[in-house]
Amino acid sequence: MLKEIGVTSAEQLFVDIPQTIRHTKRLNLPHPTSEYETRRHIEKLLSRNATSTELISFLGAGCWPHYVPAVCDEINSRSEFLTAYAGDPYTDLGRYQALFEFQSMIGELVALDAVSYPWYDWGTVASDALRMASTVTGRHEILVPRIISPDTLSVMRNYCDGQIEITLIKENRETGQLDLEDLKDKVSSKTAAVYAENPSYLGFIETGCEEISRIAHDCGALFIAGVEPLSLGILTPPGEYGADIVCGEGQPLGMHTYYGGALLGFLACRDEERLVSAVPHRLITITKTEKEGEWGFCYVLPHRTMFAARDKARSITGTATALWAITAAVYMSLLGPSGIQELAKTIMEKSNYAMKRLSEIEEIKVPLFNAAHFEEFTVNLDSTHKPIREINRSLLNSGIIGGKDISKEFPELGNTSLFCVTEIHTKSDIDMLATALEEAIR
Amino acid sequence: MTETEDADYHAVRWKEPIIFQLSREGRRGCSLPTAEQEIKTAVGNIESRIPERMRRKSPPKLPELSEPEVVRHYVRLSQQTYGVDSGIHIHGTCTMKYSPKVNEAIARSPKVADIHPLQDSETVQGILAIMYQLQKWLSELSGMAEFSLQPRGGAHAVLSNARIIREYHKLNGELEQRNEIITTVLSHPCNGAAPAMLGFKVVTLYPNEETGYPDIETLKAAVTKHTAGLMMTNPYDTGVFDSNIEEYIKLVHEAGGLVAIDQANVNSTLCRLRIGDVGADLCHFNLHKSFSTPHASTGPGSAPIGAKQELTKFLPVPIANYDGEKYYLDYDRPHTIGKIGEFYGVIPNIVRAYAWIMSMGAEGLLEASEVAVINNNYLIKKLLEVRGVSLPWHRAHPLRLQEGRFSLEKMRNETGIGIEDVNRRIIDYGLQDLETSHEPWIIPEPFTPEPPETSSKEDLDRFAQVLHAISHEAYTTPDIIRTAPHNAAISKIDRTPSSDPKKWAMTWRAYLRKTGGEDNGEASR
Repeated sequence: MLKEIGVTSAEQLFVDIPQTIRHTKRLNLPHPTSEYETRRHIEKLLSRNATSTELISFLGAGCWPHYVPAVCDEINSRSEFLTAYAGDPYTDLGRYQALFEFQSMIGELVALDAVSYPWYDWGTVASDALRMASTVTGRHEILVPRIISPDTLSVMRNYCDGQIEITLIKENRETGQLDLEDLKDKVSSKTAAVYAENPSYLGFIETGCEEISRIAHDCGALFIAGVEPLSLGILTPPGEYGADIVCGEGQPLGMHTYYGGALLGFLACRDEERLVSAVPHRLITITKTEKEGEWGFCYVLPHRTMFAARDKARSITGTATALWAITAAVYMSLLGPSGIQELAKTIMEKSNYAMKRLSEIEEIKVPLFNAAHFEEFTVNLDSTHKPIREINRSLLNSGIIGGKDISKEFPELGNTSLFCVTEIHTKSDIDMLATALEEAIR
Repeated sequence: MTETEDADYHAVRWKEPIIFQLSREGRRGCSLPTAEQEIKTAVGNIESRIPERMRRKSPPKLPELSEPEVVRHYVRLSQQTYGVDSGIHIHGTCTMKYSPKVNEAIARSPKVADIHPLQDSETVQGILAIMYQLQKWLSELSGMAEFSLQPRGGAHAVLSNARIIREYHKLNGELEQRNEIITTVLSHPCNGAAPAMLGFKVVTLYPNEETGYPDIETLKAAVTKHTAGLMMTNPYDTGVFDSNIEEYIKLVHEAGGLVAIDQANVNSTLCRLRIGDVGADLCHFNLHKSFSTPHASTGPGSAPIGAKQELTKFLPVPIANYDGEKYYLDYDRPHTIGKIGEFYGVIPNIVRAYAWIMSMGAEGLLEASEVAVINNNYLIKKLLEVRGVSLPWHRAHPLRLQEGRFSLEKMRNETGIGIEDVNRRIIDYGLQDLETSHEPWIIPEPFTPEPPETSSKEDLDRFAQVLHAISHEAYTTPDIIRTAPHNAAISKIDRTPSSDPKKWAMTWRAYLRKTGGEDNGEASR
């Protein structure tokens, strides 16, 4: 091959790289290892991880443990989906169709007609939604609940830096619900959007969505809803309470927890040209071909994205999370309408049982807010006079991973922990938690 | 070299209905655990706890299928998807290398898949060790002081770097003055889009017609007291290495700006050039390009960012760290930009890249890079023999690094057949279509094949033969190209819904609404 190219050594091919800036020493990296050695070494390292099947974990807070049906892993491992990239619909018809089906099923969950190609995670799609609202309204202020994941808020601030001002709305201290009076005080003709979450970061169901939507719309602002998708098996879809844009985390739809590494942001909006034009990501539309009876697919308004508009797009897109989205499509089609409804109900029954069971322990308050809760809830441990770290350590000794310590995130809520209970927890898991917690706080 | 390569391939053609058309009332594909009777008794009617107006009136209209039906449907869709494992897939700029299956097996282990990001560090020492070591290896490969694994794709990494540039000038009290980012038109578009998103004015430099990159003088003219930084790709997607890089960096530094070099595709310079040594302040690598993690139908990717010592204080938190005894997540970084995404990055890809670097070793990486560059130059030689194909800047750069960006301008002028047509025809020969170019197309009728180290000589010969055959058709029987594809799963697509709000339908529900009513029966079995 070198002869065909017309050189005598491979070294000559790098002629364009100035000698002065080349690195000539051997890098301090390992020596090559065989497949067996590599696997053995890494598996030994990984044996130091304790999984949620080895311990009983009650962690959620943005990444939730659910049962992943074997079919999800099977399709997710399909070599063609795994190794494809960005071919046209002619070569990648299946990829386009699967992603169109993902968009379609998300559309059913949230009750909106326009759904985008999948994106990184909840924080980044929520940030995209804020920026879309600013573009569409020409306004630069966004109102966000004070009770929100600090990480999500940090992502939002990074995406809005220097462009959009984020103002926090207080909650009702009793119920956790967005304080509508504070919202009315802060909303104005400068407000691009009001953002609210359901269920909230601290697990309670926000019931004022219709009012929030009305207050936002009365000021000419948009209403953006952030949602956890499984809850939509039993909660009113945001498209029905007036949301213009909806975003959320798709990890619960068939993805393992992967140390937070298998997240999937979804983004939907009303099927209006001004909103669709402001979506930063690819959007697949269904279409026909020259032959009767064939489905085709193509991208909507491709020139709007960074790929064509470069800096004029003022947004980024690119390689994101298609394989997770295909997996989510598989998951949603396995569940069907009755499955997702039943699952949401089961989750709520189990988490509410856990709240009831834990609240029997005298020294703790469960939950902090007087509201309906979906799968997560707060556990206040002030009366135990023990730091959560210490309590969690005792729980770990009993084979239990306790909730997330949120005392630094929301100091005014005191010594509080956020617990997550889903369909994977059995009654005996929950009872064991109650017993262990009771011991841990003594 | 034959000009009559057979187009006797045919793609799998299932005419697979949309999944909603397969739905039959009452079917369901999985059983999930339900609450025990004691729980149900204890909590009572759970739905009654949800205030009436927040209670969903009817369940979401998801399709209703049995498990085998779901499996068949998605297996068929996968069969109608062309991956690296399927055949010759050398989409340029993307480094479509084969990903060793052992890395899959490792990354999919329950010891990776079933751990939670908020677990006590004591219970996740394995994954933290891998993250920590990968950060170190990437530092070694780039000459940067420290890495963050948080960004989930190349554009995400560039956005992170643009944020760090802003934060740096903010801290120095110069942000108001420094409101411009310089980039080059042959850089990946995110290098313009991300800084623009943060309010920077973007100055885009164009290449010299002879050299293929901007002159020093062009850069000098763009650098002012408003310059916040330079954000560019090198080597370019043309496979040309911009050898002014050292000088650009010097000039921007002298003017008080920072330099972020997009190293998403570092395949051709791996172990041979460390951008940190050249003076760059920030960079990123795409693990899904140079470090062998599969492209996953467009994601998840992973794009760690690296910073020079003075800028590490701005990196997103947390970073995996080691105190001599234990690994932990380090949040102690007072000037951090905070979070650019949720949690810590695309963990399965971090594990795959770790496994790949470890198995390759320093020697393997250097060799892989060399083989990829040999493959590319061999392919260039073969493609330049094809009638109607040219390689802009060939005179100045006959040898390229990772890829070449060719032009079919001559073919189009002589036959009317351009890249859009060729891309529909190449499929008939059983190849994945060609990467054209990001926009603007400063090279007319562009295509950009990038053969990685895992392409065989036979693959490259076949690829060149197919282009010969299509060129021959263009000059003799162009209609066969115009009406292509003939052997794909579907025929020519009607793209009008792309720009027509009345026709576009991003969901099945929108399609039904816009076409009037239920499933219209077309395309269903």
